[in-house]
Amino acid sequence: MSPDLIYGLAGLAVFGIGFFRALTLAAPLRRVLALKLCAVGASFLLIVAAYRQPPVTADAVPHALVITGIVVMVSAMAVALALIHRIAVLERERSDG
Amino acid sequence: MDAMLVFDVALALALVGLAWAVLAAEDLFAAVVLFIVFGLMTALAWVRLAAPDVALAEAAIGAGVTGALLLATLRRIGGAESAETTPRPVLIGVGALAAAVTSGLGAAFLAAPAQGPGLEAAIAANLAASGVEHPVTAVLLNYRAYDTLMEVVVLFAAVVAVWSVAQAPEPATPLLGPLHAGFARVALPAAVVVGAYLLWAGATMPGGAFQGGAVLGAVAILALLARDYVPAPAHRAWARGAFLAGTAVFALVAAGVGFGPRMAFEYPPALAKPLILLIEAVVTLSIAATLAALFFGREPEPLGVEVEARK
Amino acid sequence: MTGIEMLSLALMALGCLFFVAGTVGMLRFPDAVSRLHALTKADGLGLVLIAAGAALAAGSAGWALRLALICGLVALAGALGAHLIARLVRTGGGR
Repeated sequence: MSPDLIYGLAGLAVFGIGFFRALTLAAPLRRVLALKLCAVGASFLLIVAAYRQPPVTADAVPHALVITGIVVMVSAMAVALALIHRIAVLERERSDG
Repeated sequence: MDAMLVFDVALALALVGLAWAVLAAEDLFAAVVLFIVFGLMTALAWVRLAAPDVALAEAAIGAGVTGALLLATLRRIGGAESAETTPRPVLIGVGALAAAVTSGLGAAFLAAPAQGPGLEAAIAANLAASGVEHPVTAVLLNYRAYDTLMEVVVLFAAVVAVWSVAQAPEPATPLLGPLHAGFARVALPAAVVVGAYLLWAGATMPGGAFQGGAVLGAVAILALLARDYVPAPAHRAWARGAFLAGTAVFALVAAGVGFGPRMAFEYPPALAKPLILLIEAVVTLSIAATLAALFFGREPEPLGVEVEARK
Repeated sequence: MTGIEMLSLALMALGCLFFVAGTVGMLRFPDAVSRLHALTKADGLGLVLIAAGAALAAGSAGWALRLALICGLVALAGALGAHLIARLVRTGGGR
């Protein structure tokens, strides 16, 4: 058992949980959280693919890809949250009559 | 070595348990707090996997800024949820689908050659010509600079979308009190220095534009929370300039080096380091401004617009 | 193992002990304010001990200075965070 195998399996489990919950939860905010967990699970697999037993240095290309992914994810998250806020405002206006 | 194995297994189990707890939490606030904890634990795992740059980015952006965005949204929507539940057949069907997808991914992961040679040899061979000494920064700002330019464009597109969607003024946040003012006087300048240091350190060791930008963005978020800085409509032009500056400077430099025998993005080796640092410095400021604007969540409204009372 | 390494390990282990104590306090204490008390006090000292151990292991003044800066910032931020939560609890805004 080496760290890459352990964390690779953990990443897979996190991805599976996020995938399942993204399709079954009702609240939009929770769905966004589930999608973010999916993204983290996928990132785990990339980081694990880059891992080399020390003292060999890790592959920097997957690392750069995951950093890009984190920034793209926060952008997508911000837009999703703005839409969730807008939906909540519109629903409140509609229920107020 | 065995002690580390125990640590790895415990951390991996904690990650899976936290992921489940985030989505099973009754209360949305608890879910968001658990999610932030999950992000920090992820960063810890990535340090164990020898990826300190990614761990820094995940802790600062994936857990920190994302957590702030989630908490701000939670406050705006008030945390009320519909009591809608998913019907059992859908749960079973989606469960089977998720299990199938995850098993397929797992089979591919276990069959893939572990620790096989990747691109690290090619990176090491060309590091001298890249202008920086740190492999991740070399990949981000030189070898795969086009990806990074597109990433800055995505961030820019996000702030455009958020400003277009949300324009409603909202109730003011509670004041943070005198103790916070004292904290801000000491800690915020120190944090600005830390952000600039992370940017500078990125040339030779873990760090860089995204981590530094996230720290500066956090400083701006704190200033917004404490109302040390109040956005006004007159600042909109400056803000738009700050959002665009990263993309513009990056694209201009990339296109500017592409004349004669060189292609775009092919920095002359002698100028590579100053050009990369120039791009990184402007991108850092752009990221900080954009993250703070995403947190603020709307265009600054004209002064004197009162928040409409909601019945 | 040299004497410095032993000392560094001992400091970090002692720091971890404080973190465990703080966590037990957070889980066992009855109300928000005493939980905050356990967390901020014990974790603050735990972090300083771990940072001192890490500074010994790093063995250079530059890194020791960076670790000291981290300790200072965490101490400030931890105190402020605890203060804000406690204020929220006192004014009844907490859950």
